[in-house]
Amino acid sequence: MPPITDDLIAQHNLTRDEYQRIVTILGREPNLTELGMFSVMWSEHCSYKSSRVHLKKLPTSGPRVVQGPGENAGAVDIGDGLCAVFKMESHNHPSFIEPYQGAATGVGGILRDIFTMGARPIALLDSLRFGELTVPQNRRLMKGVVAGIAGYGNCMGVPTVGGETVFNEIYSLNPLVNVLCLGIAEKDKIFRGAAAGIGNPVIYFGSKTGRDGIHGATMASDSFDDESERKRPTVQVGDPFQEKLLLEACLELMAADLLVGIQDMGAAGLTSSSCEMASRAGTGIELDVALVPRREPGMTPYEVMLSESQERMLMVAKAGKEDECVAICRKWDLDVAVVGRVTGDGVLRVKDQGTIVAEIPAKALADEGPRYDRPYSPPAYQDLLTNLNYDVIPDVKDANAALLSLMESPTIASKRWIYEQYDHMVRTNTVVRPGSDAAVVRIKGTHKAVAMTIDCNGRYCLLNPYEGARLAVAEAARNLVCSGAEPIGLTDCLNFGNPERPDIMWQFVMAVEGLADACEFLKIPIVSGNVSFYNETNGLSIYPTPMVGMVGLIDRADRTMTQWFKEEGDDIILLGATREDLGGSEYLKIMHSREQGSPPFLNMEAEKALHDCVLALVRGGLVQSAHDCSDGGLAVALAESCLSAPGRRLGAAVQLTRGRLRKDAVLFGESQSRVVLSAKPAHREAVLEQARSLAVPAAVIGTVGGDRLVVSLSDERSTANVIDVSLPTLHDRWARSLERALNET
Amino acid sequence: MNIGVVVFPGSNCDHDCQYVFRDVLGQDVTMVWHKEKSVSGLDAIILPGGFSYGDYLRTGAIARFSPVMEAVKEYAEEGGLVLGICNGFQILLEAGLLPGAMLRNDSLHFICRDVHVKVENAATPFTGACESGQVLKIPIAHADGHYYADPVTAASLKANAQVVFRYCTPDGCVTMEANPNGSLDNIAGICNAAGNVLGMMPHPERCAESVLGNDDGRMILASVVERLKKRR
Repeated sequence: MPPITDDLIAQHNLTRDEYQRIVTILGREPNLTELGMFSVMWSEHCSYKSSRVHLKKLPTSGPRVVQGPGENAGAVDIGDGLCAVFKMESHNHPSFIEPYQGAATGVGGILRDIFTMGARPIALLDSLRFGELTVPQNRRLMKGVVAGIAGYGNCMGVPTVGGETVFNEIYSLNPLVNVLCLGIAEKDKIFRGAAAGIGNPVIYFGSKTGRDGIHGATMASDSFDDESERKRPTVQVGDPFQEKLLLEACLELMAADLLVGIQDMGAAGLTSSSCEMASRAGTGIELDVALVPRREPGMTPYEVMLSESQERMLMVAKAGKEDECVAICRKWDLDVAVVGRVTGDGVLRVKDQGTIVAEIPAKALADEGPRYDRPYSPPAYQDLLTNLNYDVIPDVKDANAALLSLMESPTIASKRWIYEQYDHMVRTNTVVRPGSDAAVVRIKGTHKAVAMTIDCNGRYCLLNPYEGARLAVAEAARNLVCSGAEPIGLTDCLNFGNPERPDIMWQFVMAVEGLADACEFLKIPIVSGNVSFYNETNGLSIYPTPMVGMVGLIDRADRTMTQWFKEEGDDIILLGATREDLGGSEYLKIMHSREQGSPPFLNMEAEKALHDCVLALVRGGLVQSAHDCSDGGLAVALAESCLSAPGRRLGAAVQLTRGRLRKDAVLFGESQSRVVLSAKPAHREAVLEQARSLAVPAAVIGTVGGDRLVVSLSDERSTANVIDVSLPTLHDRWARSLERALNET
Repeated sequence: MNIGVVVFPGSNCDHDCQYVFRDVLGQDVTMVWHKEKSVSGLDAIILPGGFSYGDYLRTGAIARFSPVMEAVKEYAEEGGLVLGICNGFQILLEAGLLPGAMLRNDSLHFICRDVHVKVENAATPFTGACESGQVLKIPIAHADGHYYADPVTAASLKANAQVVFRYCTPDGCVTMEANPNGSLDNIAGICNAAGNVLGMMPHPERCAESVLGNDDGRMILASVVERLKKRR
């Protein structure tokens, strides 16, 4: 083995101090295999060394929480003896280097996290960020990522039911691919990744181990530069067919009551799965890499321990159950081998044909990595971003044209081109398909359903990371209540730049505090999550993007609500107050090329009252549709309610008053805590009364019907139609925008 | 009735077919592992959708060699009802139980959406509950659904009324625009000459309950059950 030099330490992305710490823990210099194992486990990706001190602030408990952060995924009780198991994870770096495989293996990884817990995955969602589609490279990335998600998820037979996609130049050299998976498990049959029981066999199963993905976790903990293309060999290659077999084998093994613990081999492969399982149980593991099924000859222990080959699992079986485990794996044509035993000395001991090649205390590797309380301070440019003098921005003259421009901006336009490539109906549970505020999936064997959404406005977070994070939580919860669901749990995926920069660390700390405060107020526990740092290329960082994945419960699957208008003659009712909230809006970006100002005002009491009101109305059967106002404001929300029904369009005539507000603020401002409802005229009084009783502002603003969207705006002096557009025109601009941008018309 | 649902490695609509026949239509369902060599005792056999063998090589090309397929062939020759949905249809083509072949969708994309199909032959065991010319809304979810047959085969399919479903507009017009994948003659489903083997790309099991917003597919699955009851 080569001697450990300063160069070698630097190549492993370890600092001099971190290396010294390793020497102290071992009481000697590590060998190369051990250095490799420390480097992946102590990478930012695996150790959360820059984030952990702050993540402690997040509220993680609640009456429904069955499993909080720290396991493969979180779990919340949904009644009937069942729980929803879910988590979101990023695969940003690999997707930039190789979009198809990067995205595909992102899906594969999060699926394994869910079924490792004993849950059958029933839904996937993904939240994507790309640069503007006018740039060919961004079109290539988006096509590759969408094809990768489709290729993996479709083959697995897990429906991809929702998500969101946002376009901004800032993500050009660092796209985001965040994937959320939700599964259902029996509450008392959740599996955990603990290697308990001294002497129990440690069994490897799934695909063979190859040389792919070595140092993937380290790669994901570094920034990019122009040489990033060269990192392609660190991206793994996915095989969804193997994963499907792995899923069925796992669930069969679990049902047969053979296992003590189980964990997938994700980042840092065999190293992380073995040391984390041992660490959780306070035990050790002894394994021999010579027994590991391999794809190619001549692999060193270093390569076997660090490989990130996909579709592999490690299980600890009950003593004497080896043969039954092996038989089930063989039935599903999987490679399987007993590679070691649980020991009592707390050490991860790796042998190669009996010779010891690595010996590290499991806890030191898994849990005692470095922790950094990195310095943070707001950047000098922050005030420049937020100070915006609206006097220099002329009010809208042609609101019709502005609406059409917003409707066809890729962030707001229909995402049909994306979601039609995903099988979103397999497993026959999808009650609300992609294209409404939240996706809804029924739970077979019960009358219930779960609703899911992912939200985050990175621009809001850039302008004010604390408020931006609160706004993401508020919007996610609003999307859920609009579908008739009560929010019950949250998973996050915190995408940021380089934490060693004080301005980026400040964004992170503020965002975590915003998340914590909002969740505490709304009493929504955060049960799982993921941090992705170093999202920057050539020193240019992405917008802070703390993605919020939220899950809600619907007691009766047949009382689910959607965002589109249902019937001619229905009243259109706006809940919530409109303020002059143009800062950070999509309108300012599209029409004035400005990403500036303060993000919209958010009052949590008002937000919560709105949620209670919408839920009561939906559960009471008093409304026909409910749609959250977000990107593009009220005018876009109205247009979406007209257009988004599957195979059908319904117009609207709406009368608004502007008071002292600018016209563009009324139409396109992004004031929070607002929902557009439609209701039968017979229910008008009941709806208004419900709103009154909760002190939620409510106004009848128009009527559903016709084949145009007509909006009039009045002030003290006059009334004028500011928007008057035929639905076919509106629909064409909105529905075909992505195809046009991708030259696929 | 005892409905058999064959499970290949990579099948992923097997549970959906089990659920719809057992929980929605109240029948017994037997899951048949692909290594089984006998299918005796079954009243009908479903080859479900999915990605058998990962769609590697070609859709359905490896699954046709699974041991159970010999038994399925014999079962079909003896007149047993066999329904292949999506990947099941592709397997039936590869196994030679139905004529023709599948090509990649014209768009080259996987497509998941509702389509409309016109019932061209209401006299099969799978369409007994439908009217001839009736339009059904059923979702598709496939990347390889462009049906192709040589001109002689295509002519004989037509002459023998073996074309059972064709893609159409919501009001029943068989047009280019209504064809989602480029299929020859808008073909969405065909049966064999005897009429006891049907392959279709749309998924009737995905639209058989009102809670999912559509139960048009139920007519096809219920037709099978009705036919079996009559035969007993």
